[in-house]
Amino acid sequence: MKVLVAVKRVIDYNVKIRVRADGSGIETNNVKMSMNPFDEIAIEETIRLKEAGKVDEIVAVSMGAQQCQETLRTAFAMGADRGIHVLTESTLEPLAVSKLLRAIVQEENPDLVILGKQAIDDDSNQCAQILAGLLGWGQGTFASKLDFIGRKVEVTREVDGGLETLWLALPAVISTDLRLNEPRYASLPNIMKAKKKTIHQKKPEDYGVDISPRLETLKVETPPTRATGIKVANAAELAIKLRDEAGVI
Amino acid sequence: MNSLVIAEHSNIELKPSTLNTVTAARILGDDIDLLIAGKNCGAIADEGAKISGIAHVWLTDGPEYEHQLAENMAPIIADLASNYSHVFAPSSTFGKNIMPRVAALLDVQQISDVVAVESEDTFVRPIYAGNAMATVRSNDSVKLITVRTTAFKAAEMGGKAKQEIGPCKEDSGLSGFVKRELSKSERPELTAAKVIVSGGRGMQNGENFALLEALADKLGAAVGASRAAVDAGFVPNDYQVGQTGKIVAPELYIAVGISGAIQHLAGMKDSKVIVAINKDEDAPIFQIADYGVVGDLFKVVPELTAELDK
Repeated sequence: MKVLVAVKRVIDYNVKIRVRADGSGIETNNVKMSMNPFDEIAIEETIRLKEAGKVDEIVAVSMGAQQCQETLRTAFAMGADRGIHVLTESTLEPLAVSKLLRAIVQEENPDLVILGKQAIDDDSNQCAQILAGLLGWGQGTFASKLDFIGRKVEVTREVDGGLETLWLALPAVISTDLRLNEPRYASLPNIMKAKKKTIHQKKPEDYGVDISPRLETLKVETPPTRATGIKVANAAELAIKLRDEAGVI
Repeated sequence: MNSLVIAEHSNIELKPSTLNTVTAARILGDDIDLLIAGKNCGAIADEGAKISGIAHVWLTDGPEYEHQLAENMAPIIADLASNYSHVFAPSSTFGKNIMPRVAALLDVQQISDVVAVESEDTFVRPIYAGNAMATVRSNDSVKLITVRTTAFKAAEMGGKAKQEIGPCKEDSGLSGFVKRELSKSERPELTAAKVIVSGGRGMQNGENFALLEALADKLGAAVGASRAAVDAGFVPNDYQVGQTGKIVAPELYIAVGISGAIQHLAGMKDSKVIVAINKDEDAPIFQIADYGVVGDLFKVVPELTAELDK
């Protein structure tokens, strides 16, 4: 089985972001960048499937500026086999990303696509669902467990009320939730090996995909901050404050 | 302008998220229709018809829609959407799963997690775990929107909409339902609760959540958790409050043994009153708490529970 995964280069999840003074967006200069955490989970899942003998080849895709190749190298160091980098300086909306992924799927013919459920920068949570819709494939979103049974996969999904299990005919698109696995750290020998793996660089025009944005960002602002409250000494004092001052109990 | 709202329901009950979504849609006017797709859900359609502001209810009732699989739902929503300027759904796991697939079928860029409707084409949504708010304008012919339900009040009942038979298609054959393991609780649902008591890594194990449950029962509260507590296996995944879990905004949020990572704050910082109980006085949770108690939660929580009896 061949699997395609996509990895996004985002501001590291530990960084406290800063809104640009002119309201045009988020400051990304001199900010630590990393692989989107949900994409790490996607890569980890494909590696486990390969280790279990269910997957032969893992193709990783990243889209964006030249530095996305670093993100692909991280995917290689974890265990992905080769990479495709779609080079563009333009902002890609989820619809454009999924259209590019569709074109890559049509070239690569994977049996499965695994994507992170959401990128922690734009928080859209859309790409896997759009890709599945564009391809006419089944979708298993917010996955916490995958079981392959013949030409089907059973997907346990994290839904608001608990867990739900669906079967999907392959090929299918999966999006990962937090509890699917715990991603590994790359070992030094694997980081060295990752340097030798190949990345094919492409451009959106190579796929004939129109990536022009549908949304115009008018402004980006810092949300109002909460005023820091007070400390109380003990439970008795807290109960009084909640009852008499806040009126919430 | 006319809007379609996709109802979230379980075939047995209409979910409150539907009512918040209707309120978001009403900002643009009262020409709103509701789609109810499910199996044996005529009673849900009757209830939906009573929501104030709804003109028509589309009822699609059939076995293909029992589990509201995205593969079956998206085509009927896409068919209906051509008659509307806007389609709204709640940004719950239900709406998040289905709406982007509709967007694919319509070639539209969906707008996720909208917290304010500024005009017919302009919407505000949080990005970076709510640490920034983006105002975006859509140029698409149909606006597809998922709504952050905590940002909009529940619509009232008192309407009298007409019902019509909605579109129906064949089963996609791409996917099917296997099973559902829903958490059973007598307590209110997290996203609808007025009071929430949440526990973090500081709870040390799942058994200790009994302390929070005792407090929650006194307050009529729901019990939530941080990602750390869920990852550690203390409580099930559906307890998680945060950027990628549930977004809540109750009247009172009591964070117990939660340090306050930005990903957790993203899920609860719009709560009206926030209480933090933590032994680490430098925990970031205290920066957004209205009332903080620095102390041992295993002492403070039972004391607070006892105080409520007074």
